[in-house]
Amino acid sequence: MDKRQPTAPTEPTLAQIFDRGLLEENPALRQMLGLCPTLAVTTAVTNGLGMGLATTFVLVCSEVAVSLLRHAIPKTVRIPAFITIIASFVTLVMMLVKAYLPALDEALGIYLPLIVVNCIVLGRAEMFASKHGPLQAAADGAGMGIGFTVALVLMSAIREVLGAGTLLGARVLPPFIEPMIIMVMPAGGFAVLGVLIAASVWIEEHPRHRHRIVKRRVGPSASLCAACPINCGIGDPTDDMCAKDEFVEMLEAAVTAARKEAEEREQ
Amino acid sequence: MMAQYASILFSMILVNNFVLVKFLGICPFLGVSKKFDSAVGMGAAVTLVMVLAIAVTWPIQQLLVAWGLEYLQTIAFILVIATLVQLLEMALKRYVPALHASLGVFLPLITTNCAVLGVAILVVDEGYTYPEALVAGLGAGLGFLLAMTIFSGVRRRVEEAEPPEVFRGMPITLIAAAITAMSFMGFSGVIDHLFGA
Repeated sequence: MDKRQPTAPTEPTLAQIFDRGLLEENPALRQMLGLCPTLAVTTAVTNGLGMGLATTFVLVCSEVAVSLLRHAIPKTVRIPAFITIIASFVTLVMMLVKAYLPALDEALGIYLPLIVVNCIVLGRAEMFASKHGPLQAAADGAGMGIGFTVALVLMSAIREVLGAGTLLGARVLPPFIEPMIIMVMPAGGFAVLGVLIAASVWIEEHPRHRHRIVKRRVGPSASLCAACPINCGIGDPTDDMCAKDEFVEMLEAAVTAARKEAEEREQ
Repeated sequence: MMAQYASILFSMILVNNFVLVKFLGICPFLGVSKKFDSAVGMGAAVTLVMVLAIAVTWPIQQLLVAWGLEYLQTIAFILVIATLVQLLEMALKRYVPALHASLGVFLPLITTNCAVLGVAILVVDEGYTYPEALVAGLGAGLGFLLAMTIFSGVRRRVEEAEPPEVFRGMPITLIAAAITAMSFMGFSGVIDHLFGA
């Protein structure tokens, strides 16, 4: 991990907390968290938008709940407690969607209950809400959620236009252009996300935008964040507790050590 | 009867591959696929946990239905899976240290893996019987293992390539995953032809 800046001594304002999630720490494009729904449901704009808003609701509610309960939950059982809180709100969303938007429920299928294992939600609960007041937690949840929604809508707009020739169900491409069906297939999902992440890196690197970006760079560790299969303790590669850099080596070392132990036991 | 199980197994491995078609378990797929050994270990651990998770969650779902508590499915499944993985790790460490050496270290990482919860919910949605559900779980796990193994090979080449600056790291890996996923598109229809399902 490159130079780690000490965290600013002044408390960031609510607007700054909210703003962070939009581009600088966009969950899908910069932190690369929650990639499963990002890839899976973004075949049409309505699905992307629905998924984004559902996740935003869960994020805001569970962050506020975790924040309010942060002194009541013992540290050792906090992860199961967070998961239970998140799962409750996911259940709530599922009931609402099923009751009022049955078409969306049909389209999102199992990805709706899977919000519960979306790394963003647990990541923000552990990394932000458990350390801040309910107002800040709500601002953080809203910022991260809307940033995630924007990424999902952007991605599904590209895939819907190129893959089906429509936008929000209305035809936008002239009939003589054949839709590229591959774009709404799984392969197109990976490719569009790859290009979008590259584009967001390019925008951030571009001198014209540079002054906008607070210099708390996520840098090369952003890819390491996705490289972490622990879904997802900290969710922030700049956090001191985050061991993503050492993660792979640690894994290798653990395998070697455990093998050695097993061999010794056999002898 | 046998053909029925074989059809479920192979369609889960090839046609509905969990990683490359259903986009479940993307985090470990992109994270642990750098080294062949880790990729195989992770894949095998996921397979084991998937089958065990279904073995437990399928009966629980029947209980939830019997008591009219279907809405608790998500909460019940995630907590049961988390507990199960913990117990499994302890049991392996105590009784089968050799297996713990090769799979155990991956277990804590997959507690909240979306592929495991995903397969548990999926087999319930599909209305599979108990043995069918177990076969589907095995297939989903083997499909994950296959994707991990193939992609760790692809990844070795990608790591040595020199793409444009902004594509370095994750973007080019995702493009490589796109091409791998494209190769799996060739399997659609295979099952229908083989088993006439």
